[in-house]
Amino acid sequence: MINLENKNGGLRQHWLFIVFGFVPLFLLCTGSCNNTPANNKSEKILSEAELEEQRLAKVQENWDLIEDGLHIRTGLKDDEHLQLVIGACTSCHSAKLITQNRATREGWKQMFLWMYETQGLPDLGIHEPKILDYLAEHYAPEEEGRRKNLDMAAVEWYMLEVE
Amino acid sequence: MAKKNNRRRFIKNGVLASLAVTSGVKVVYGANLPEDLDIIGLDGNDAVYPGKSDLMTVLNDRPINMEAPAHLLNDALTPSEYFFVRNNGLPPTDVNIDQWTLTIEGESAQSKKTYTIKELKAKFETVNYNLTLECGGNGRSEFNPPAKGNQWSTGAVGCAKWTGVRLKDVLADVGVKSHAVYIGYYGADTHLSGAADKEPISRGVPIKKAMEAESLIAWSMNDKDLPVLNGYPLRLVIGGYPASCSGKWLERIVIRNQVHDGQKMTGSSYRVPCKPVAPGAKVEEKDMCIIEDMPVKSLITAPKTGATIRKSQRLPISGKAWTSAQSIVKVEYSIDFGMTWQSCKIGGSDNRYAWQKFDASIVFPEEGYYEVWARATDNEGRTQPVILPGWNPKGYLNNACHRIAVRIIA
Repeated sequence: MINLENKNGGLRQHWLFIVFGFVPLFLLCTGSCNNTPANNKSEKILSEAELEEQRLAKVQENWDLIEDGLHIRTGLKDDEHLQLVIGACTSCHSAKLITQNRATREGWKQMFLWMYETQGLPDLGIHEPKILDYLAEHYAPEEEGRRKNLDMAAVEWYMLEVE
Repeated sequence: MAKKNNRRRFIKNGVLASLAVTSGVKVVYGANLPEDLDIIGLDGNDAVYPGKSDLMTVLNDRPINMEAPAHLLNDALTPSEYFFVRNNGLPPTDVNIDQWTLTIEGESAQSKKTYTIKELKAKFETVNYNLTLECGGNGRSEFNPPAKGNQWSTGAVGCAKWTGVRLKDVLADVGVKSHAVYIGYYGADTHLSGAADKEPISRGVPIKKAMEAESLIAWSMNDKDLPVLNGYPLRLVIGGYPASCSGKWLERIVIRNQVHDGQKMTGSSYRVPCKPVAPGAKVEEKDMCIIEDMPVKSLITAPKTGATIRKSQRLPISGKAWTSAQSIVKVEYSIDFGMTWQSCKIGGSDNRYAWQKFDASIVFPEEGYYEVWARATDNEGRTQPVILPGWNPKGYLNNACHRIAVRIIA
């Protein structure tokens, strides 16, 4: 496992260099190569791409950059236990598994028990209550009834061509 | 979510453009990149997903879990690039299809036999079935109180043409003792922790299910080799049950004299309360039962949600419906939040467990905001609820009717 990590780490460095080395070229390409149909959105996509480029560059410059309360590299919410959480959780799985889930403190505790018992998570000892506090505070369930409304903010309205 | 997808496209395009420069070769698809190549992203975990479309929604990148937005599932058979991925561990690398073997053994096996894929093809009848696979947790994101795990929306489902041999033919060749209860599978994927002695997942099905004609050991999807992320070079395909029963990167099948007790067969994995419980209830493990049949369900796959048309126009809708029973006998739609329902035209299927197409052409009474809801009914009379079905601790089996947003303008 450790060998594998090292190998990937090496590859990542390498690719990181290539990606950033050619960012200007890519931006040129999106301007000239992206003239596909349905392109009235291209401006929006480009601006998001630029935004992402900026964010990637920021992470490159500062691996642990915090902006608007978010740890830019992992998407985790910032507080005093952030680094503890990154260390304990993301060596085994993606931070996305945290950020997409919601649970009470007891619910998160149950997930820990499951990881202890079946997934080879080492005992977190005195760190466990701190990590649970972090998760329960930042990733708590929201009351939403038996079925939510469709997410209007997520709907991208478009004119449908019909006969 | 759209933002994430754009980010991924950006990273991938950037890398591919870079490759084109460094190697002098135009690389069109990420699938052509080496399988084990990791490309760094924002959290250091973003990867190129071999054989999968940029339009897929990535829920998790370690292990890889991705689903298709509903409008990508409009094809009669789901193209491999839009077929969902639910991995529990890390797929094997350096697969040699010519040297790959499948071993069958176990307490209830009369012998132990090992087959190469070539031997499977030579020895047993090759069959083709269109089979729907759906993750047991598809729709989990809607449950409240929330359930842990990948927060699947509606797209952890697909129907493909699978080619292989019948599991029952291979089991018969090995010999099944009369006390056989279950089969369990083992694959070549590895545990996320790196522990060599841990299986990421090892599930199975009752022997009766294994003996169904549509239960396959498959090497091909839509007339091509299996996609790397969907089990290349060999997998089980068992329709009508949670897709986790259809083991990928298949190396070994055990014929058990008890219910298989591999990883994610026990505890609360792929189990629901044996008796209905109130939302948020605590359920003892002994009161949880293994999920077998998946419920009846449907998706509106065209148009994509958000369609706007003029009042003078009709809205054509199309979708897919599937069940673990024999067939879908009715699909209806509603444009008035379930007060009235109208019938859709439904298509047939080549075999059991294949999804069926449905269509309708809708007239709207006036301008405004509408939702189109669809619900399917199978030959056993089961249909889909418009709110969430029974809550369960792990958030399985959500077959609530699918909804899309539509706007009618002057």
